[in-house]
Amino acid sequence: MQIIIDAMGEAFRLLVGGDPYLWRIIVRSLQVSGLAVLLGLVVGIPLGTWLGLARFPGRGLAVALVNTGLALPPVVVGLFAYVFLSRQGPLGALGWLYTPNAMVSAQFLLAAPYVAAITLAAVQSVPAGLRLQARALGAGRWRALLLHLREARLSLMAAVAAGFGAVISEVGAVMMVGGNVAGETRVITTAIVLETRRGRFATAMALGIILLIIAFAANAFITRMQQAGPRRRRPLTS
Amino acid sequence: MDLETRAIVSDTLLRAVGVIKSYGDQTVVNVDTIEVRRGEVLALLGPNGAGKSTLVRVLAALETPDEGRLFYKGRRVGRDDPELRRAVSAVLQSPYLWRGTVAQNVEFGLRVRGLTAKERKERVRAALRMLEITDLRDAPVDTLSGGEAQRVALARALAVGPEILFLDEPTADLDVAVRRRLLADLERIVSRAAPALVLVTHDPGEAFSLADRVIVMEEGRIVQTGTPGDIFEAPATEFVASFTGAEFVVSGAVESAEEGIIVVRLESGQAVEAMGDLAEGTPVRIAYRPEDVVISMLSTPATSARNRFQVRVAALHRRGGLVRLRLTGGGLTLEALITRLALEDLKIQAGMAVIAQIKATALHVFPA
Repeated sequence: MQIIIDAMGEAFRLLVGGDPYLWRIIVRSLQVSGLAVLLGLVVGIPLGTWLGLARFPGRGLAVALVNTGLALPPVVVGLFAYVFLSRQGPLGALGWLYTPNAMVSAQFLLAAPYVAAITLAAVQSVPAGLRLQARALGAGRWRALLLHLREARLSLMAAVAAGFGAVISEVGAVMMVGGNVAGETRVITTAIVLETRRGRFATAMALGIILLIIAFAANAFITRMQQAGPRRRRPLTS
Repeated sequence: MDLETRAIVSDTLLRAVGVIKSYGDQTVVNVDTIEVRRGEVLALLGPNGAGKSTLVRVLAALETPDEGRLFYKGRRVGRDDPELRRAVSAVLQSPYLWRGTVAQNVEFGLRVRGLTAKERKERVRAALRMLEITDLRDAPVDTLSGGEAQRVALARALAVGPEILFLDEPTADLDVAVRRRLLADLERIVSRAAPALVLVTHDPGEAFSLADRVIVMEEGRIVQTGTPGDIFEAPATEFVASFTGAEFVVSGAVESAEEGIIVVRLESGQAVEAMGDLAEGTPVRIAYRPEDVVISMLSTPATSARNRFQVRVAALHRRGGLVRLRLTGGGLTLEALITRLALEDLKIQAGMAVIAQIKATALHVFPA
């Protein structure tokens, strides 16, 4: 028990004292996962919107595939990213392996289907008649679509937070393609693994606390969004 | 605008030709031609599933039919025709308000049309005033009641000053008082703002009280087009007759036909006189409206009228201010609708013998 109490005390000292090693890791984590989610949004939101609203043969399969993205094992994604980025791989020429770029790529692959799956559910929760009504008031196709997304915006924001929470706490993919290089590709999760192995529990715990705070903040945000909506709708006709 | 003025200025704004729309292997709309004229109130009347809403979506260019052409002011238009888009607005079956305040919703069509902030404010104010919801201006839409939401949806559609306004069952699921008020407002609005109004309804009363022209639909097809008077007095088919409140008497056959007057021998044996030009021997069914049955006492001196039956009051059903009587006699069963006052005046009671009479013009004869 003493070891935990000691480690906790040391962890707070490190955090409050602004230990540069610690903070570099935290900043790198936020950079990598933030960028990955941002790219995931750029791809995932249009993809999810399209899958949610379009009707085409094979749509059911596409939706199932995207939903599988919610349960994509990070280690497997890391493996694929590794193979692609390794020197003999199709993207080996980029020289990205063991760089933050590789980590962003791998986490992007995790985040994009996540965002797409949640976007899909979000746009489908908005009644289709709403878009038609917007068109009936003179709105063009895009304007009506934008309005539809605006109606789904609370769920979409939850998608952002959920995607971010998922990638920042994963360790498998970043470990495989990043290599946990100090000052370069070391992020919170990989650092926790390393520091624990080294027996430096205080540092590991300080990082753990930060990760928990980030995860908590992301989930608090999601909860807030979910409590704010979905708005009550009174159906006037059956 | 009164009817006459309307007729003078009326010309065709919108016309659809050869419209066919199917979902899966079910054809929901199959209409040869339909037109909307300037400034008129056109009711699309029919039961649920008659294809009214789909037809409206096609007319409002919100849905592309499998077949058919749409013309706006004589020009062929497609689904995204900008001029048509600006000329029409619609209130669909649900109010479909989006998050935000009432004013933000009402403003939507004006924003789309690129009006300045000042113009928008002005028009929003006018629309809210027209629907008497000025005090709801800043209310978030999720705090509104069903009736209020419907008014906001209407204000939103009217704010853009449409040339043609489509309303799909605007009073469905509103309670009676709210519904009556909304109908009265609609009447006032169309007389003042004078857009062409296409009203989808399954309620004949609503169609007859508001519309200049009524189109009756059944299973995706137009079965009759005419003024409310035309449809009420001369329903084209059995369906139109029964849908607009007529009862059916027994079947029979044409016994003689002369100069538009036919005599039908009913299966129960009586002969009745009606208007029509069906050939002798044609098997027919006869419809009438219960309110057209006139009740009198046995002691009343006999008139020359032919359609006069001695019957007995088999049952009495009070319905608000009206009383429905079931009359039987000589193998015939008739339904009559009379006022409470008339019931008291005639001192009618169950079991009493009375005379029931229907004018020849009030009988609608259809080939069986």
